[in-house]
Amino acid sequence: MATTLTINGEQKSFDAPPEMPLLWVLRDILGMTGTKFGCGIAQCGACTVHIDGKAVRSCVLPVSAVQGRPVTTIEAVGNSPAGAKVQKAWLDLEVIQCGYCQSGQIMAAAALLSATPNPDDSDIDAAMAGNICRCGTYVRIREAIKQAASGRQS
Amino acid sequence: MLTAEKLRQQDSADGISRRALLTGGLATGFLLAFHLPLRAAVNEPEQPKDATDGKFAPNAFIRIDESGQTTLIMPQVEMGQGIYTSISMILAEELDADWAKVAVLHAPPNDKFYANPVFGLQATGGSTSIRAWWKPLRAAGASARAMLVQAAAVQWQVEPASCTTSKGEVLHAASGRKLGYGELALAAQGETAPKDVPVKDPKDFVYIGQPLKRLDTPDKVNGKVVYGIDAILPNMKIATVAACPVFGGKVGKVDDSAAVKIPGVRKVVVLEDTVAVIGDHMWAAKKGLEALKIEWNEGPNAKLGTKDIWQHLRAAIEKDGAVAKSVGDIAKGLASGDKFEASFELPFLAHASMEPINATVHVRPDACEIWTGTQIMTRVQSEAAKAAGLPVDKVIVNNHLLGGGFGRKLEPDMVITAVKIAKQVGYPVKVIWTREEDIQHDVYRPVYRDQVTATLVDGKVAAWKYKIAGSAVIARWLPPAFQKGVDIDAVDAAVETPYDFSNFHVEYVRAEPPAVPTGFWRGVGPNNNVFAFECAMDELARKAGKDPVEFRRSMLTKSPRALAVLNLTAEKSGWGEKLPPRVGRGVCLQPSFASFLATVVEAEIDDIGEIVLRRVTSVVDTGIAVNPDTVKAQIEGGLIFGLTAALYGEITIDKGRVQQSNFHDYRMMRINETPKIEVTVVKSGEAPGGIGEAGVNAGPPALRNAIYAATGVALRRLPIDRSLIAVGKKA
Repeated sequence: MATTLTINGEQKSFDAPPEMPLLWVLRDILGMTGTKFGCGIAQCGACTVHIDGKAVRSCVLPVSAVQGRPVTTIEAVGNSPAGAKVQKAWLDLEVIQCGYCQSGQIMAAAALLSATPNPDDSDIDAAMAGNICRCGTYVRIREAIKQAASGRQS
Repeated sequence: MLTAEKLRQQDSADGISRRALLTGGLATGFLLAFHLPLRAAVNEPEQPKDATDGKFAPNAFIRIDESGQTTLIMPQVEMGQGIYTSISMILAEELDADWAKVAVLHAPPNDKFYANPVFGLQATGGSTSIRAWWKPLRAAGASARAMLVQAAAVQWQVEPASCTTSKGEVLHAASGRKLGYGELALAAQGETAPKDVPVKDPKDFVYIGQPLKRLDTPDKVNGKVVYGIDAILPNMKIATVAACPVFGGKVGKVDDSAAVKIPGVRKVVVLEDTVAVIGDHMWAAKKGLEALKIEWNEGPNAKLGTKDIWQHLRAAIEKDGAVAKSVGDIAKGLASGDKFEASFELPFLAHASMEPINATVHVRPDACEIWTGTQIMTRVQSEAAKAAGLPVDKVIVNNHLLGGGFGRKLEPDMVITAVKIAKQVGYPVKVIWTREEDIQHDVYRPVYRDQVTATLVDGKVAAWKYKIAGSAVIARWLPPAFQKGVDIDAVDAAVETPYDFSNFHVEYVRAEPPAVPTGFWRGVGPNNNVFAFECAMDELARKAGKDPVEFRRSMLTKSPRALAVLNLTAEKSGWGEKLPPRVGRGVCLQPSFASFLATVVEAEIDDIGEIVLRRVTSVVDTGIAVNPDTVKAQIEGGLIFGLTAALYGEITIDKGRVQQSNFHDYRMMRINETPKIEVTVVKSGEAPGGIGEAGVNAGPPALRNAIYAATGVALRRLPIDRSLIAVGKKA
């Protein structure tokens, strides 16, 4: 079935079954591999993208549910002020280890900062608890979100 | 940087027949595990056979082109531990390279040049990377630098000794002349490497010891980084697999009539114990797999359960073990004093790296090409050759950054399966394990039972007998290292105690669990040693009526490094300060991977036994910290990895199959459960120790001891059973 989506501001047309999760459309049809497969059941957050600016798990989101709603992925999150701040803080504080979960972490953090520019610890917990990091970078993720929010330098 | 494509181009241009400069001299301070009589991995120097195309290629690790671009070849793989940056820092330090011009490439499979000197195999694991490569890479850098100096000295007609180097330039102060390494590249290639070039005095280090920014992270914030799972090739299809859910079982009958009708499904491949569906994309492959009707021949393990495995292990430990170490007179020591005996048990664990296991393979008539992320480059190559029925030199392995390794990718099974699938079709196939298949067909951290028998005299340990029973992973993975019935990994941190025990005896009983495959898991052997050791120490302290830190301190007269980290951790953690009811602090002291780490966990246990981690304080002496920020990050992450296992980690077996399947029932710690973690890296001039795994081992005993302090309950197995520590439960 021919589908057209707006992804990172560009129109993308492709054939995919309507129930196919957005994750696999991005990765296997459009070749946008920045969004990661981690669990397939919305338990780990590696596949997080923005739909209408909100963080959602693309591994369980049928592509038919996305039509007409703008999608942003890790490849373009740096175009938004919140996304750019998060990316910078992530590098300044050297948050990342293996990095596999970090696309999802950055998408979740950018969505948090867009909605809540000055999150406290409980806001961070609520927004980020759906994203697993097996390398254990949580301490630095929390610190980096606070730094991105305050704009202070490391 | 880092692309497989780029490396291949480079290799076909230069060949990889670099002269290896060095012999495999090991850093000092290795634990027993690394005193192996293994062949030195890196061979004698030989001349490069290839043309250098304008590059200076003094050895297997360094290439400098005429623009000064300095490309460093990474013999160890990057799986998050920061090794690409640390290895580059060591090479750049002795080379006096310009850090801004440094780029890195994955090494191709080649044991001759890139074997880890500890293993004699191109493998990344056991927190060995820096220890194994510290000396060879410093020598490689220093020798290359000397050749550049010689080339400049010839050009200027001056003595090499009158020249200095800094940031990618050779300088001649007397005449004010200087030449960049790029300008010298061609001339230096004609120079002979001098022998025994001295390395720098550590006081002259400009990179080592600095928290330099990682080389691999900029591409990890924007989706550009390419892991094995991200490989994309022309005409590539995607496959996913189901292996027989029962260990050792086989495929019986497969009815694929419904599966092949699903749009996008291309082919169903039936292997001996695995069925794969190949599709245009993962969704088609998954739907196809779900639509298959598979009858399994479950085989002899179809009734196996966790209970059988524990029975087997508990029986095994009653046997006499092979002696791993014996000091003093253990029988005499145990004959008097106040006696203590306890056994500790650790469960099976899955690795669950965030990047599920995967491999992309293209089997062509004359070659097999692989794209994956592996910790064992050459073993993957040789195993793939067997599976493909091709000579080893016809197998091309393109390694990638790993989305976590943790020991899972020290095994080649995923590549072998992918080769068998790809052999059945002419096009490239990317085989992706679902999370469920990844967890249920892992190579598991073994179950362990550790028995400590000790006596106290005058409030100190007078005798310590320690028996370990568990799978000998070494015997399977590195057979030459399995000697006299002792798995040197399983007893690694048992035989190296910092405490002054005058009668000390360690035994090992090899006990392979029925049916369940076992392998290395981050923290490896010290996983069991540090847990049993430090839990028993806390119980002994209580028996002696002493504070746990004071008790340890009193027996550290011969280990000043251990004592120093213990004292500093006690100070920084507020040890001894009053805490509310049901809040406790627990300590763990460990010498592992030639690093010394002390950790205090502060935890609160609520009325129903739920645990809140309040604070973790660690102090580490890892010798020279090549990149102190990376050391800190590894301890932070390692602690979380270990605490996750203590809180949640257990793989159980029923009817021959793993009961857990995904992150809902194989839980991971999340950010809301993460305590404040404060890590201090002490300055040290000792040889560098291993750091990627030490924190993993520290978390569980420190937490267990905090619970012991808070509740009085002496837990003796993991994961923590909340029902034992609810209000009203007593030890």
